[in-house]
Amino acid sequence: MALPQIKQDATDARLAALEMPQGGWSKAARDEALARVRSMGLPNGRDEYWKYTRPDTLVQPDAPKAALLESDEAPIFGEVDRLKVVFVDGVFSAEESDDLVMEHVSIDRLADASDIHWAKDVYGVLEAHGQVPVQRPLASLNTAFATDGVLIHVSGKAPKPISLIYRHASETSDAILHHVVKIDSGAELTLLENGPAAARFNKCLEVEIADGGVFHHIRAQGRDHERRAATAIFTRLGEESVFKSFTLTANGVLTRNECVIELTGDNAVAHVAGACVGDGDFHHDDTVFITHDALNCESRQVFKKVLRNGATGVFQGKILVKEGAQKTDGYQISQSLLLDEDSQFLAKPELEIYADDVACSHGSTSGAIDEDGLFYLRSRGIEEGPATDLLTIAFLAEAVMEIEDESLQEEINSRVEAWLTRRRG
Amino acid sequence: MLEIKNLHVQLEEEDKQILKGVNLTVEAGKVHAIMGPNGSGKSTLSYVLSGKDGYEVTEGSATLEGEDILEMEPEERAAAGVFLAFQYPVEIPGVGNMTFLRTAVNAQRKARGEEEMSASEFLKVVRAKAKDLKIDADMLKRPVNVGFSGGEKKRNEILQMAMLEPKMCILDETDSGLDVDAMKLVAEGVNALRDEGRGFLVITHYQRLLDHIQPDVVHIMADGRIVKTGGPELALEVENNGYADILAEAV
Ligand SMILES: Nc1ncnc2c1ncn2[C@@H]1O[C@H](COP(=O)(O)OP(=O)(O)O)[C@@H](O)[C@H]1O
Ligand SMILES: [Mg+2]
Repeated sequence: MALPQIKQDATDARLAALEMPQGGWSKAARDEALARVRSMGLPNGRDEYWKYTRPDTLVQPDAPKAALLESDEAPIFGEVDRLKVVFVDGVFSAEESDDLVMEHVSIDRLADASDIHWAKDVYGVLEAHGQVPVQRPLASLNTAFATDGVLIHVSGKAPKPISLIYRHASETSDAILHHVVKIDSGAELTLLENGPAAARFNKCLEVEIADGGVFHHIRAQGRDHERRAATAIFTRLGEESVFKSFTLTANGVLTRNECVIELTGDNAVAHVAGACVGDGDFHHDDTVFITHDALNCESRQVFKKVLRNGATGVFQGKILVKEGAQKTDGYQISQSLLLDEDSQFLAKPELEIYADDVACSHGSTSGAIDEDGLFYLRSRGIEEGPATDLLTIAFLAEAVMEIEDESLQEEINSRVEAWLTRRRG
Repeated sequence: MLEIKNLHVQLEEEDKQILKGVNLTVEAGKVHAIMGPNGSGKSTLSYVLSGKDGYEVTEGSATLEGEDILEMEPEERAAAGVFLAFQYPVEIPGVGNMTFLRTAVNAQRKARGEEEMSASEFLKVVRAKAKDLKIDADMLKRPVNVGFSGGEKKRNEILQMAMLEPKMCILDETDSGLDVDAMKLVAEGVNALRDEGRGFLVITHYQRLLDHIQPDVVHIMADGRIVKTGGPELALEVENNGYADILAEAV
């Protein structure tokens, strides 16, 4: 079926501004992804899952300018013993990165396009699979045109986290990165990500987790005010495997974080959580799709947004329980704390269940600071500002507590606290 | 210590007068009790003294050691020495009890220009005081009042009072919902704080609590006024005969 003319034109314009990298082993996947983009067209406001978030600036040929943040705050995760992989405006920086060598782990660059690579079985495969039933054309665009990324194969318990660090150096940078993680049976990895990456960032992360594999993911998206990001995670979980992802977002003018999870092995566990704080032009969108396609799996979605001065939060979360996925335990909560009346929260929680023996719950709320709690704290001598901060951090706690490592929980909390204190002036 | 003169209070939202000229002075070192039927304005008085929103003072004054407290923010009153043990302590999910206590203690110290309590000193003090109130380590770790029983909430109020060492302690029906053992613990907590420099205003329905916390003065409140003041025997009179006689006499 032909695309509507407006969509066709926007898609053509964007594609005309891009050049497909030398693919090597990824060439076939890239060609197929390009064909998907051409047939789906890039998103516009008429698409069902883009009603609350305008994709225009994510689709237009050039990245809108984004000023660089000046801050003397030390970057997050600085205290963590980790293997650093640094990208500046989407370009790998060998000088700033550690040697890409670690026990039980192989790390390669996507840009080193050899002709044969294990990642061929994953790259673009999970993304393509995740296009049904909801289309995600920006992710296909990513597969086709990604200029770099890391390919991580984990065959045992990784001795320390891999930390992807994104630096934003040019006001007009437009970065497309694609990472692939393959966790073997019984293997374990923690992946950290932080930084603003670019003026506009399109990122795709595919994670294949074999039986009994464990993947933890903690990211803090950079604080640059005008940056834009469209990110997507695609993951497929084998039997008794674990996937846990947490994202902190502060600032940024537009963020769309998609997460597409497929539980294909019995007794698998997938948690995805997000805490965000923003004000003014801040627009933050979490779009999640979880498919239960095996017995006795557990999924949790915990999303909390603190919004003020006209900020907008969006949550679109779906749990699909396929026929036969008995004993599914699905939990979903999305909540916003509106610190003033100008802010808004738009939520679209969905459940679609084709099995009869399942427990799924979902809830979505939007509210102001609890006045009784605030008075209680103030009556004990805590000033209104700090008392509000304390309640705000408490509001985010359920999401932050999804991080298993307590010192990382604390680090996230201290970042939020610093953000709140700065905002109070 | 606390001097309340001709205090008139109405609700901000509706034109409803609740306190209609309260006069009351609590001297340092003394325990005053207020008794009175439901709806007579006891909780309103405690809220107005601690600075809760929603009330409008239309006439009269309240001072602590000569300082007008009605003009102050709630946190300023706390730093000046006002403490209210809430009739209904508020649950604060996500904020650990310890964090809350330490933040409060240090906020007050800071407001008074004093040095903050170190983490280790704080821990030592809070553990000792919690032990006296039979508050276990788990209750200290849990979010403030969340999942606490009625009695645990009230003991937690007394723990806060013990940590903050206020000058003027107002207890709003701290005894309600307590069994005899818990009431004894609470009373012991209060008695341990009785001191030359400290005043108490104990709001209660029942004589029971006053068996354990001997008041110096007992007031009866009805329809927004103090209608009778006497010694501890007044509480016994209420216990035996109810309020009817006293109220009839007052009118
Ligand atoms: N916020 C409020 N809104 C409406 N009515 C109130 C409010 N606060 C107090 N009142 C009314 O004021 C009166 C006194 O209440 P309160 O101070 O709670 O009495 P007590 O503590 O003596 O039982 C009651 O009639 C109560 O309904
Ligand atoms: Mg009351």
